[in-house]
Amino acid sequence: MNKKQKKVLTRIIIAFVLFVILFILEHGGVLEGVPHPLLMPIIFLIPYLIIGYDIILKAARNIRNGQIFDENFLMMIATFGAFAVAEYLEAVGVMLFYQVGELFQSYAVGKSRQSISEMMDICPEYANIEENGELIQVDPDEVEIGTIIVVKPGERIPLDGIVVEGESLVDTSALTGESVPRRAANGSEIHSGCVNGGGTLKVQVTSTFENSTVARILELVENASSHKAKVENFITRFARYYTPVVTIGAVLLAVIPTLFLGDFTVWLQRACIFLVISCPCALVISVPMGFFGGIGAASKYGILVKGSNYLEAMSEMTTIVMDKTGTLTKGEFKVVEVYSASLSKDEILDIAAHAEGYSNHPIAASIREAYAQSISVERVRDTEEIAGHGIHTFVDGREVWLGNEKLMNEKGIDYSLVTGTLKSIGTVVFLACEGKLAGAIVIADSIKEGAAQAIGRMKQLGVKKCVMLTGDNKATAVAVAKELQIDEVCAELLPQDKVSKVEELLNAKAGKEKLAFVGDGINDAPVLTRADIGIAMGSMGADAAIEAADIVLMDDDIQKISTLVNISRKTVRIVKQNIVFALGVKLIVLILGALGIANMWAAVFADVGVSVLAILNSMRTLGTDYK
Amino acid sequence: MKKKFKMEDLDCANCAAKMEDLIRKIDGVNEVSISFLAQKLTIDADDARFDEIMKEVQAACAKIDAECKVLL
Repeated sequence: MNKKQKKVLTRIIIAFVLFVILFILEHGGVLEGVPHPLLMPIIFLIPYLIIGYDIILKAARNIRNGQIFDENFLMMIATFGAFAVAEYLEAVGVMLFYQVGELFQSYAVGKSRQSISEMMDICPEYANIEENGELIQVDPDEVEIGTIIVVKPGERIPLDGIVVEGESLVDTSALTGESVPRRAANGSEIHSGCVNGGGTLKVQVTSTFENSTVARILELVENASSHKAKVENFITRFARYYTPVVTIGAVLLAVIPTLFLGDFTVWLQRACIFLVISCPCALVISVPMGFFGGIGAASKYGILVKGSNYLEAMSEMTTIVMDKTGTLTKGEFKVVEVYSASLSKDEILDIAAHAEGYSNHPIAASIREAYAQSISVERVRDTEEIAGHGIHTFVDGREVWLGNEKLMNEKGIDYSLVTGTLKSIGTVVFLACEGKLAGAIVIADSIKEGAAQAIGRMKQLGVKKCVMLTGDNKATAVAVAKELQIDEVCAELLPQDKVSKVEELLNAKAGKEKLAFVGDGINDAPVLTRADIGIAMGSMGADAAIEAADIVLMDDDIQKISTLVNISRKTVRIVKQNIVFALGVKLIVLILGALGIANMWAAVFADVGVSVLAILNSMRTLGTDYK
Repeated sequence: MKKKFKMEDLDCANCAAKMEDLIRKIDGVNEVSISFLAQKLTIDADDARFDEIMKEVQAACAKIDAECKVLL
């Protein structure tokens, strides 16, 4: 509890004691002996002011500022009303009850805010740099690229970098949700926000703090609350009308029945009940808090959600479109077969490796790996990458075309010799030298562990359609799809085809249903933006994809998607429960109050009591094990 | 220019929404969002008048809840 809350608590205790004394006195008939009738309100005014003076002050100040429909003002009017009808004990009691509720509410909000921010407490406070043989602590903001920093055992890694000395196990759970620590030694890349294990590491910094993993994640999570979900927007709009409507209702309730039936006191009392219930606080707090909690829970599993709207959309997701390479498969390509047509196998690898020398495409990397010798850049010139097709370049002065069937067809190179003779299924890269087929290389990728379970679980959760898109050839695509039980496959797509395919699927789904696209980011940015929900792989994905994506899976594990569906559904369910519960209770108390059945106590419960319960309910989004 | 500010003693969520409404009406403010949970104000406003705008923002917040402060 903070200072402010403690002060309120003391006032509550004092007022409560006085309230009990007055309650006993009144019920014991002692107060009937008060000599002057005006003395009664004055006696009750003492505890009333002790507990409610700040409310009255705030109300007065807000009226001066032109803010009339404010909670404090309404509480003041309501309790003054009770004084006016000589229900002194009720005036004090209601104010007391209201303050207790407010205290609870502020305590609950504080607690939940704390637990959410603790979960996101991945921000490093300092970095150690060595100066004249001594370690000094500096602000991570001030460290420049290339500086060597020292990370001691147990410290949080302040900046992204490459280990240059030392060995340790690094706990990445704050970023990825993965509990098994990762080994870091000379040459390994490490991310800020992770916690160092038992060894001291010297790390060469590769990015400024502003661009580091941890700063980017914090930025995303903090901005998440500005992307509001539909439900949140609805509540904001609703809140704007709710208070005036209920207040006008209160005025009407005080005036109209009195004109026909008389008995102003009774109707004034009932109108006061309306005023107490007129704050939409329960909704305004609990709905965003539910989403905030859901986003927090997701981040605990290494899933970054960039806005409540995406979490909400995730609960309605029925179509999932996945990229093959890097998403369903490991993206670690290996040369499994080399077919020689006019050149020897070694020559084929040699030329292919040089032709791909500049490319960062995974296929290129695998060819270079199979070649296993260093690339001499001067042998290659005029390299041109043709997206979705391959490469055109000159190696040792010879014109080289390296790519898929489409490229060969386009260039009129006959490759019929190869078709049907290859033993392995995989991506076939054809190599043509001076317009003639030299050979072919087969590269295969392996399916990620857990990919099949991931798809199985998504189907269990009611995802209607699983689609796989790939630029790869049909045979490979179909083989992967069969193993993973994917419903629909589209192979041999160019990057732009992926967008149009996703658009087609977007049109095909019914009304509220949502489509998610999952990709590792290479060439994916346009599709990620186009889909209702774009999910990118964080650890090996491209920066552009993480920018374009709405949700990022930090550890590239697609099993997390079903976890996220669970989190989103639970969040939305809790938010809806809160809306129904809060509005339901308020409505019932309003009706009962108008009929004279509900009293002021019920009204205060419908206001702050409901708030507290809704907040506690919202916090459930944080706690559960969603696995 | 987009900037973030911490807020102190922002006690009621409804007030945060009202503050947003008021701030949005200030001349030169392109976008504003107040997170009651993070106790943070994110504002995107014209560079030229930024300091002036922030003064108006503070006044707007004080108008809704006198105890709440924007820490500049």
